Amino acid sequence: MTQLTIAGGRLVCPEGARDGVDDLHIAEGRIVAIGAAPDGFAASQHIDATGLIVTPGLVDLAASLREPGEEHKATIASEAAAAAAGGITSLCASPATTPTMDTTAVVELVTRRARQTQRAHVMPLAALTRGLGGEQLTEMAAMKAAGCRAVSDGGRPVVNTLVLRRAMEYAATQDLTIMLTPADPYLTDEFHMHEGWVATRLGIPGIPVAAETAALARYLALAEETGARIHFNRISSGRGAAMVREARQRGLPVTADVAMHQLFLTEMDVSGYNSLCKVFPPLRSHADREALRAAVADGSLQAICSDHQPHEPDAKEVPFISAAAGISGLDTLLPLGLRLVEEGLLDLPGLLRSLSTRPAEILGLPCGRLQVGASADLCLIEPDRVWRLDESSMRSRGKNTPFLGWEFTGRVRMTLLQGRLIHQPREALETVP
Amino acid sequence: MKNIQLDDAGRLRHFLTVEGLPRELLERILDTAESFSGVIEKSVKKVPLLRGRTIINLFFEPSTRTRTTFELAAKRLSADVLNINVATSATTKGESLLDMLRNLQAMQCDMFVVRHGDSGAAHFIAQHVAPHVGVVNAGDGRHAHPTQAMLDMYTIRRHKGDFEPLRIAIVGDILHSRVARSQIHALNTLGAGEVRVVAPRTLLPRDVGSLGAHVYHDIRQGLRDVDVVITLRLQKERMQGALLPSEHEYYQLYGISQERLALARPDAIVMHPGPINRGVEIESAVADGPQSVILNQVTNGIAVRMAVMSMCLEGRGTAAEELT
Repeated sequence: MTQLTIAGGRLVCPEGARDGVDDLHIAEGRIVAIGAAPDGFAASQHIDATGLIVTPGLVDLAASLREPGEEHKATIASEAAAAAAGGITSLCASPATTPTMDTTAVVELVTRRARQTQRAHVMPLAALTRGLGGEQLTEMAAMKAAGCRAVSDGGRPVVNTLVLRRAMEYAATQDLTIMLTPADPYLTDEFHMHEGWVATRLGIPGIPVAAETAALARYLALAEETGARIHFNRISSGRGAAMVREARQRGLPVTADVAMHQLFLTEMDVSGYNSLCKVFPPLRSHADREALRAAVADGSLQAICSDHQPHEPDAKEVPFISAAAGISGLDTLLPLGLRLVEEGLLDLPGLLRSLSTRPAEILGLPCGRLQVGASADLCLIEPDRVWRLDESSMRSRGKNTPFLGWEFTGRVRMTLLQGRLIHQPREALETVP
Repeated sequence: MKNIQLDDAGRLRHFLTVEGLPRELLERILDTAESFSGVIEKSVKKVPLLRGRTIINLFFEPSTRTRTTFELAAKRLSADVLNINVATSATTKGESLLDMLRNLQAMQCDMFVVRHGDSGAAHFIAQHVAPHVGVVNAGDGRHAHPTQAMLDMYTIRRHKGDFEPLRIAIVGDILHSRVARSQIHALNTLGAGEVRVVAPRTLLPRDVGSLGAHVYHDIRQGLRDVDVVITLRLQKERMQGALLPSEHEYYQLYGISQERLALARPDAIVMHPGPINRGVEIESAVADGPQSVILNQVTNGIAVRMAVMSMCLEGRGTAAEELT
């Protein structure tokens, strides 16, 4: 096994409030020392990280990779490479594929494909119900044995409350976290954007905030009875964030994330029928965006996810109502995050807590921190590099993002997964003679 | 943000929505329509303004009156007109809207008149046509029906003159109505004194007041002292969507009857964009009564549509000229 030293980088990690220039030594895919090399350590590889920031690799709790079933949009290989290029070392893959990730066969297929790419670590989420149809339970124990770390509704709510309760109880029995996107289907199906004054002007049927809060109330009521561990994906409203905060204060074992684009865009961005800003859950009001930002800053929302939804151009080149929902988010997760730091909402350790440490904890992963014994999943950032997002610089196959043309400061230079480079510029690695 | 409806000189390129257009432009549409009214009343009802131009009526939703008046208006301007009913055409064979547009454009047309069930469809088409092609929105989803609103403004101006002292009540299903949205924008831009919307909460869109309308739930308060009553068509599907309990109860609460009309000013006019559901949103005695201007609206539709089409194509090159 290779031994690797990353020398002279500024190590930043929220755990232990680390922020300073130091050497990092890696063996057997794990961090073995910070500072002086341990006895007998002989680095066979050496990375000069002078001028770079070394952080734990990002952990993304919500992404759609489209494979199997929609390979014309994206593939596991294309998106695992895009993730690696964006500093993301681990990401959850939505079970809403065709076929659904509801059997060990599909889970193993995804895991195998991902491993072959030698890029980011892809973690398939097990479907909560068969075919995500909301009627029958899946073989969660078998899928857990096949490597699933959580079960998910794939953004398709279970309508039958009895089935939902039993799914929660069963998942809790298997010690699996349940990931749910709170959305009342009756208030969201056939509706296309936030219900507010912009929707009224555009004549677009709108999704009220109650679509999220009514679903949250139902899930929290069942969480209270079942003791299930629930992670809420993609909270979109200030009231939703407040409900999560209150539930945690009551001691419920719940956590939640917000999609990065929700911290930058609002319903206003949909004006002019901009289909690139059609997402689900929808972009909400300015007040919601400010409340979501505050909830990220005070930790009421534990994580920020990419909510990556790559699409082919034709999916957006139709009238707004017919357009597919979703933003391709892997390329912009870290750049937008660094902008939150620039804007003063978070400091860099705080950002990494939301993008790496806490999501790793939610999934029970041995990464997300720069500590001896942790998995050497790392991201090396050039902090002052100024660049512009355009279609040619995007690594995801989906170019559907309203952030095209935005200028960012700070860019990923290298990404390592278990001490192995999964993204690098060609000349990065020097072999020690 | 640049208004895609206007060219650099501020002239009308497309007519997609009334929102965001300046008052002078709306007044010019009304004045131009006025001049065309004379043409329509003559025995030879034609002017050669759009001779040699091709206009395609692209209707993705069924319509009789709107399509017919657009067709008549185009013919009175001496344009060649093609009607395409897409409900029975290529998109059902899997052709995308963009492919279809490109094909029709390749046939050297100068204007699309578009009706579509989806809000925003006309904007989408305007964003994708060649620079020499104009797009007129003949109704898109719940969003806008700007020529209907302008013919209503024309009708109001003919009967009432100045907009400033007027109180106007729009009664009925505002939520699903592209007509109401366009009327509210037009009335506000033209400086109307007060615009009211009268409906139960289930038929009002969120934050409707932000469009520039006062909200009333009680018909008797809503109609008091108004100069213009605009009643909207109530679709039968609204009972299924749990928006209303029954047509009967709707009529009891919001139907325009002679007795209720008496609450308005004695010289108030009654309008309806059609088609009428007698006994559902309006009593026959009102629809056919002396205060009704419903049929005048239909007649005025031709002149207003002539005005909009000629203004959109005014001073613009044809496809062949664009190539040279």
